[in-house]
Amino acid sequence: MDLSYGGEAENYREKVKEFLDASWPLEGEEKELSFNDQCTIFRRRATEAGFLYRNIPKKYGGSEQVSNPLHAQIIREEFSRRIAPTEARGIGTMMLVPTLLERGEEWQKEMFVERTILGEINWCQGYSEPGSGSDLASLKTRGELVDGEWVINGQKIWTTSAHEADYMFILVRTEPEASKHAGISYLLLDMKQPGVEVRPLRQMTGTIDFNEVFFTDAKTPENWIVGKRGEGWRVSRTTLKHERNSIGATSQTRAQFRNLVELARSVELKGRPAIEDESVRQRLAALEGYILSHRYSGFRQLSKDIAGEDPGIISMMMKLYSTNIGNEVSKLAMDLIGDAGMLAAGQSKILSVPKQKSQGWIGQYMYSLGIAIAGGTANIQRNVIAERGLGLPRDSAADRSKAN
Amino acid sequence: MNFDLSDEQRMLQETVQQFIENECPATKLREIFEGDEGHDPVLWKGLVEMGVAGLAIPEEYGGAGLEILDLAVVSETLGYGALPGPFFNHMVGSLAIAWGGSDAQKERWLPQLANGEAIATIAFSDPEEHWQPDQWQLAPGGTLSGVFTNVPLASSSELIVVGLAGGELGIVEANDSGVHCDSMGGADRTRRIDQVKLENARCELLEKGSAISGRVRDAALVLLAADAFGGSRRLLEMCVEYAKTREQFGVVIGAFQGLKHQLADMALDVEPNCGLYWYAAHAQDHAPEEAERIAAIAKSHITDRFMQVARDAVEAHGGIGFTWECDVQIWFKRAMFDRAFLGTPSHHRSRAAALADW
Repeated sequence: MDLSYGGEAENYREKVKEFLDASWPLEGEEKELSFNDQCTIFRRRATEAGFLYRNIPKKYGGSEQVSNPLHAQIIREEFSRRIAPTEARGIGTMMLVPTLLERGEEWQKEMFVERTILGEINWCQGYSEPGSGSDLASLKTRGELVDGEWVINGQKIWTTSAHEADYMFILVRTEPEASKHAGISYLLLDMKQPGVEVRPLRQMTGTIDFNEVFFTDAKTPENWIVGKRGEGWRVSRTTLKHERNSIGATSQTRAQFRNLVELARSVELKGRPAIEDESVRQRLAALEGYILSHRYSGFRQLSKDIAGEDPGIISMMMKLYSTNIGNEVSKLAMDLIGDAGMLAAGQSKILSVPKQKSQGWIGQYMYSLGIAIAGGTANIQRNVIAERGLGLPRDSAADRSKAN
Repeated sequence: MNFDLSDEQRMLQETVQQFIENECPATKLREIFEGDEGHDPVLWKGLVEMGVAGLAIPEEYGGAGLEILDLAVVSETLGYGALPGPFFNHMVGSLAIAWGGSDAQKERWLPQLANGEAIATIAFSDPEEHWQPDQWQLAPGGTLSGVFTNVPLASSSELIVVGLAGGELGIVEANDSGVHCDSMGGADRTRRIDQVKLENARCELLEKGSAISGRVRDAALVLLAADAFGGSRRLLEMCVEYAKTREQFGVVIGAFQGLKHQLADMALDVEPNCGLYWYAAHAQDHAPEEAERIAAIAKSHITDRFMQVARDAVEAHGGIGFTWECDVQIWFKRAMFDRAFLGTPSHHRSRAAALADW
C-alpha cells in the first residue's frame, strides 16, 4: 500500500507547476480582457501544453494524451491550488463532446467540438419531459422529416441553462411505429429560433437554474442527427473512456464538513460554543466516519483506475454516498442554526446568496435535495446498485412498457 | 499511488478464506456455535500450521513480522467466515508482548505464541467497563487481586495480558493457582468471554507497558473494525443470495423494488468501509500521528454499520431470519461483540472528537 504518487508523478507535478507559474494569471494587455476571454486563452495554452482535454484528439482542439489517471489527478490538484481555469464544465463538454467523438460525423466533430470545449458555444440537454423522467425512453416529443428538415413539436423540462444555451442536443421520437427504445433519434438543434420557447422554472431555493422548453415546429437540418434514425437511445448512452475524477467529490464532502465545523464553532448552544457540546461532538465524529470512508473509497477507485482495473460496485455508489453525506451535513447545520432555520427563510427569495451565514446553510439544506434528484434520483441510484452492482433482477416493467 | 492490497496480502486472504471454506463450513460453524467451548482446538491448530498465530510476532522469535494491515486483512476474512476461536485475543496479546516486553520476556513468550504452544488473551475490562488504558484500575504489582470481565476465551488460553493502572501491562499465566476463570457466556458464541478473578496471582509487568498500551488498544480497534467489515460483507451476500432464490407472487423477491432498495442501502453501509479499515490499519505502521484517531473512527463507524447491517439482514430474511436455525444470527451476535468490545461507538466518537483538530 502506497499513498504517495511516486517519483515519476512528482516530476510531472513540477512540469504542471512550471506551466502554471508562467501562464496564470494572464499578464500585460491580456489582463484587460473579459474573464471569459482570459479563460479561453488560458485553456488553449493549457491544452497545447497537454494539460486539458487530454482524451480529445488534437484535430478537434484537444491535447490527445495517453490516458493517465494519476497525471489527471495531479493536474486537477495543481490547477485548483492556483485557481486556474479548468476544462469548461458545461453539459456540452461532459455529455455532447464524448458522444460526438464516438458517434458523430466528421463534419459534426469539426463544427462543434473545439468551439464547445473552449466555451465559445453553450449547450443544453433535451432529455426529460413532463411525463418521462426516470422512464426517459417513454418520451413523446416528435421529430418529423418534412422537405429535408426535422420539424420538432413537444416539450422538454428540467433543462439546465436552456436560457443561456446556443444549441440543444435532444432526444425525439422519429419512428412512432417502432418499439419504445427503437423509436428515438438524437438530434442537434439551434436554440435561437422562433419555434423554441424557454420558460424558466423557479426552484424552492428561489433561484433559477433550469427551464421548460416548448417546441412548436422548431426546425433543424436533416443531417444534424447523431447516429442513424432510431439509434438515439443507444447514442445517448455513449460514454467515452475518460479519466474519471475519482476523488473530486470526496474533497467536496470534506470541504462541507470543514464548513460545518466552522459553523459549530461560531454558533452557541446553551451559552457555549456549539462545538463544545457533547451531542454535537458525537454527531460530528459520526459524520467523519462517513466522510473518511468516502475519502478512502475515492482512493481505492483512483488506484484501480491507475491500474486499469474495474473498481466494481464502489463506483456505482459514490453519487448516492455523497448525496447522503450532504444531507446529513445540512441536517446538522440546520440544528446548529436553530431558530434562524425557520426565520430567515421567509425573509429572502434567493437563499443561495447568503446575507448571513445561516442563509447559506438554509440554501444548502434545500440544494442537497436538488443534488439527490439531479442526474438520476437517489432511488434510481439504488436500482443501479441493486441491479448492476448486486446482480438482482431488473425491474421487468422497465423493459416491457411501450411509449404511446 | 497504490491504495490497494499487495499480491501477498491478497494471497494471504485467499489462503485463509480457502482454509475456512474447507475446514469450517456452515455445518462445522454451527456445531461450534452450539457447543460448550466456542473454540475448536483442531481448527486453531490448522491456522497455526498456516503461520497465522505468529503473524504479529517478529521473525527473530519465530513469527512472520507482518504489519497491522496484514493482520487486519486476515481479521476481515475471519469476520467474513465468523470463524470461532482465539485469533483476535491472541493477536492483541502477542502484539502487547512484542511491543512492550523486555528482551527476556520476548525470548520467553513469543516463540511459544508464534508456534501455537500457547494462546494469549487480553484482560482489558473490569466490571465498571473501564476499557481504555487511562481508565484501568488495578494497581500494578508482583501479585494481583481483582476482577477482569469480558476476557475472550480465558479458559482456553495459557497467557493473560492484563491492563493495569497507569496504562501498564502485565502477564499472568492462566494456570497460576490464583487465577479463576468463569464463563460469562457472551452473546457471540464464536468468541466466548470469561470473567477472570485474580487472588494473589503472580504477575510479571511488561517492561514498556505504559508506553505501548495505547498502541495495542488501537491495533485491537482496527482488528475489530476489519472483522466487522468482513462480517457485514458476508451478511450482505447472504441477503442478496436469499433475495435471488426466495420466490413470492411467482417471482424472486429480489425483483421487488422495496427489497432492492433496502439491499442497495445495506451495500452502502458495507462497501465504502473497506478503504476506511485499510487506511486505519495502514496508519498504525505508517502514519503514527493519525493512528490513534483513525482507529477510533474506524472502530466506531464500521462496527456500528455492521450492527445496522445485521438488523437489516434479519429483516431481509423475513420470518426465517428471526429463527435460531438461520445463520444470520451468528453474524448478528458477532456484530454485538465487535461493537461493544473495547468500548461502544459513542465512547470512541468522544475520543475521536477529543483528538480532533476541531
